[in-house]
Amino acid sequence: MSNLSIPKTYKLFIGGKFPRTESGRILEIRGAKGAFLANASRASRKDFRNAVVVSRKAAGAWAKSTAYLKGQILYRIAEVLAGRSSQFEAELTAQGSSNAEADVAGAIALLVHYAGWSDKYQALFSSVNPVASPHFNFSVPEPTGVVSTVAPADGSLTGLVSVMAPVLVGGNSQVILTSGKILSAISFAEVLATSDVPAGVVNILTGMRDELVPEFAKHMDVNALLLCSDDDAEKKAVELEAAENLKRVSLQADKALSPSPYHILDFQEIKTTWHPVGV
Amino acid sequence: MSANDFLSGGFAPAPESADHFEIKKSYDLFIGGKWVKTAKRFETTNPATGEVLSEVGLAGKKEVNQAVKAARRAYDGVWSKMSGAERGKYLFRIARLLQERAREFAVVETMDGGKPIRESRDVDVPLAAAHFFYHAGWADKLAYAFPGCEVAPIGVVGQVIPWNFPLLMAAWKIAPALACGNTVVLKPAETTPLTALKLAELFEDAGLPAGVVNIITGAGETGQALVEHPDVDKVAFTGSTAVGKTIRRAVAGTGKRFTLELGGKAANIVFEDAPINEAVEGIVNGIFFNQGHVCCAGSRLFVQESVADKVIKKLQKRMELLVVGNPLDKNTDIGAINSAEQLARIKALVKIGQEEGACMWQPSGGVPRKGNWFKPTLFTECAQSQRIVQEEIFGPVLAIQTFRTPQEAIAKANNTQYGLSGGVWTDKGSKIFKVTTALKAGVVWANTFNKFDPTSPFGGYKESGIGREGGLHGLSAYCQLIH
Repeated sequence: MSNLSIPKTYKLFIGGKFPRTESGRILEIRGAKGAFLANASRASRKDFRNAVVVSRKAAGAWAKSTAYLKGQILYRIAEVLAGRSSQFEAELTAQGSSNAEADVAGAIALLVHYAGWSDKYQALFSSVNPVASPHFNFSVPEPTGVVSTVAPADGSLTGLVSVMAPVLVGGNSQVILTSGKILSAISFAEVLATSDVPAGVVNILTGMRDELVPEFAKHMDVNALLLCSDDDAEKKAVELEAAENLKRVSLQADKALSPSPYHILDFQEIKTTWHPVGV
Repeated sequence: MSANDFLSGGFAPAPESADHFEIKKSYDLFIGGKWVKTAKRFETTNPATGEVLSEVGLAGKKEVNQAVKAARRAYDGVWSKMSGAERGKYLFRIARLLQERAREFAVVETMDGGKPIRESRDVDVPLAAAHFFYHAGWADKLAYAFPGCEVAPIGVVGQVIPWNFPLLMAAWKIAPALACGNTVVLKPAETTPLTALKLAELFEDAGLPAGVVNIITGAGETGQALVEHPDVDKVAFTGSTAVGKTIRRAVAGTGKRFTLELGGKAANIVFEDAPINEAVEGIVNGIFFNQGHVCCAGSRLFVQESVADKVIKKLQKRMELLVVGNPLDKNTDIGAINSAEQLARIKALVKIGQEEGACMWQPSGGVPRKGNWFKPTLFTECAQSQRIVQEEIFGPVLAIQTFRTPQEAIAKANNTQYGLSGGVWTDKGSKIFKVTTALKAGVVWANTFNKFDPTSPFGGYKESGIGREGGLHGLSAYCQLIH
């Protein structure tokens, strides 16, 4: 009996589905020793725009879902990823990673960490304001909306999760661009798809940074952008494009973000509400 | 000019006197604790009378550079080394000095800017003092403001402020910057420089170390030179969305921090179960406060169809009673439009509103012959696509639309590039929370409107700005958070 392996087709992750790029283009992925691994999808600007549309549709319900539910779902992602860690370790190693085990463990740890923030950052970043008039006045964080997320270029799973998790737990929807070890990013999308993350809340595109980052920065229906980059020219270009609709821009070094509730706050708007007190 | 040149709504004239203080014939720039003369100068006028009040220095690139250098010296040499408690004491002193000279500041504010004395006396000046008082207390408590973070000042801050709340905006910007350990170069708007320059006099009286705050007067070019100066670490701007975007582009790639408080087109939503009389007062206060020169003005009114006729009738009756005229008169509700330029813009948009098919109504009273005036105005039969519904007019002009369901009101209210503020009127608590949560706006007033307080964060969603000012959240605009 033949024992020929059945390789996976790596596609994009948009709206909870796994479509091929509309452009029909591929990125040929080869392993450390040059062996052919897969033809991944090379996402186009049109794929990105489609992803923003579904992301916008998904944003409202995700923002409104309870903090408790968001925490449950983030923890669920950690569970499902943990159950498949050996697969991720093998896949990352095949793509040239030398510390795959630590990478997967780091990603799981981040998910557990941010799961716990889901019902706590609001208290940390809220205030009741003692105004000098007979009003009850309070300020609370609300999700910014749709976020363009550009993951660190090394393509580590920890890097991907370190940018995705704070945006997600804060109630935003997002479109993530990954480069580097992109096969694991798409496998991670399978984890998301089986963890009760509502369709469209997280979308993952694999593609070329040069081609897609400007579009991520300029889209008028995107509210915020998270860019991991050490390239000053790229950062400046992104800021210039983002000015057109005054996107909130978080520029980070091109490596995994250390866990912090302040990364959640980067994608929150503070809303202040006033009401008179009296009878 | 006699007081009779103005209408006073049937009331006996009750003008505030302006004989108990001095507006100097000319003011220089306040740089490094000294008054610095400039070759070029410009006049500032009273928009209610057209009379020239004073002449002030026009800061060019050279003076901007001088001011930034003075701020840097003060930052490195004095201010960043001073304990928070000592910084706070200076701010407390400034707050007290401002309270003491409140009457003078209110009158000058009204003369230079055109706003009713009732507003400058009861809102602008007391709030400005309150901002210094509030932030004074933060200066030695910043370590408690941001859990898990180390807090450090940013450095030299360049601040550019508008003409609608000249003193209040100066206080609003300077107080938190100093509390957090930064030094400041502030440029007031060219039509309203006087209260900021008088504030510099207070800084002298308070003994504030030289260069900690520098006040430079000028127009757009001066502001641009300040924003683009390479030794400015942070830019804070309040003004139009168009200029805000230009500033956003100017700081791109520089690593400069920034906060932007920009335009708005707030929806004020009145439900059929609202307390109608209170709502009408709220609508009037929402759009006619400060002649509508307010970024968070309730310039779009949404009334539930079942009460629309009633609300509009009551509103018109109330508008007939609004006194337009001498800003120094304590009976005046609506003062002078800040500048001829702004008046022309308001007139142009109102004309467009009529051409696009909206139905205009104004009260029957007249306006004074001299000076810049515009009657309180409302438009009915407005459509979502009309320019008077989409664009910020920054004048006493209200666009009214009706709705049937809360969902429709929310969808229409959020259908704008702006997201600064909003209002909701209903006696039903659960409806308040439903709507205030759904509005994409940074400040939401429920059963009230246009309330401000230094403890209460202010700032917009979407293209109404980036960042918050005031309250706990506003502090982060002037601190580096290390985490």
